Amino acid sequence: MQVTVEELAPVARFSLRVRDKGVAAVGKALGLTLPGRIGERADRGDLTALCLGPDEWVLTAPEDARDRIAADLAAIYARAPHSLTDISDREISLRIAGPAAATLLSIGCPRDLDRLEPGRGVRTLFDSATVVLWRDGPEAFRMDVWRSFVPHVRPLLEIGQEELAAGL
Amino acid sequence: MLLIHCPYCDETLPEAEFAYAGEAHIARPADPMATSDEEWRDFLFIRTNAKGPHYERWRHVHGCGRFFNAIRDTVSDRFLMTYKAGEARPALPAKEGAE
Repeated sequence: MQVTVEELAPVARFSLRVRDKGVAAVGKALGLTLPGRIGERADRGDLTALCLGPDEWVLTAPEDARDRIAADLAAIYARAPHSLTDISDREISLRIAGPAAATLLSIGCPRDLDRLEPGRGVRTLFDSATVVLWRDGPEAFRMDVWRSFVPHVRPLLEIGQEELAAGL
Repeated sequence: MLLIHCPYCDETLPEAEFAYAGEAHIARPADPMATSDEEWRDFLFIRTNAKGPHYERWRHVHGCGRFFNAIRDTVSDRFLMTYKAGEARPALPAKEGAE
């Protein structure tokens, strides 16, 4: 049962809140259509928007795109009121990949991970810590964990890895 | 573990993602200064304490973050239905059609 856990390099992350007519305008400024269904994501190059709630998205982009995204959205603020908060430093991303990735995550995540299709992402729980869980591929997950929860989540995943390696 | 249908996510998800938030459809008096002490006491503290179907609020706190309403049978713990916050109080669903 193979599975690897690694910490990913920092990226720019924004929490975006906008509703009604503003959604289309903000999407246009970003150059993509903000997905309307919770759990869906949209990509344009390196920029990704994931729908977390009826009026809530999380944006991820390379770190050097941070200022441009903030400036682009500030420019349309008067027409399309929204809230854009830089949360880049709030979370650390862990990549969990391998044939046993879903099994490893199931030690802390109460969701039915088979129903989380590749290309989607959701906010959920991992052993009492709120996380954003992305499924990048059938055997590849990415988990954004709040910084202060990482010292709890990471060792738990390592124990799980050892148990899987031992065939438990 | 209970499975709860979130009307915003449109998915049936484990209870661990949700938080209970008290009885539903309790409107704050529009003019608190005009209410008597007894009315204010009733608004703050008096609840139905139903045995059977109970209209209550839940929040999908580790998910979409939204409050919504649910009808839960307090005897069997079965969720009869869930609906979005702000919608009118629905009639009890027929027993056969319960989810």
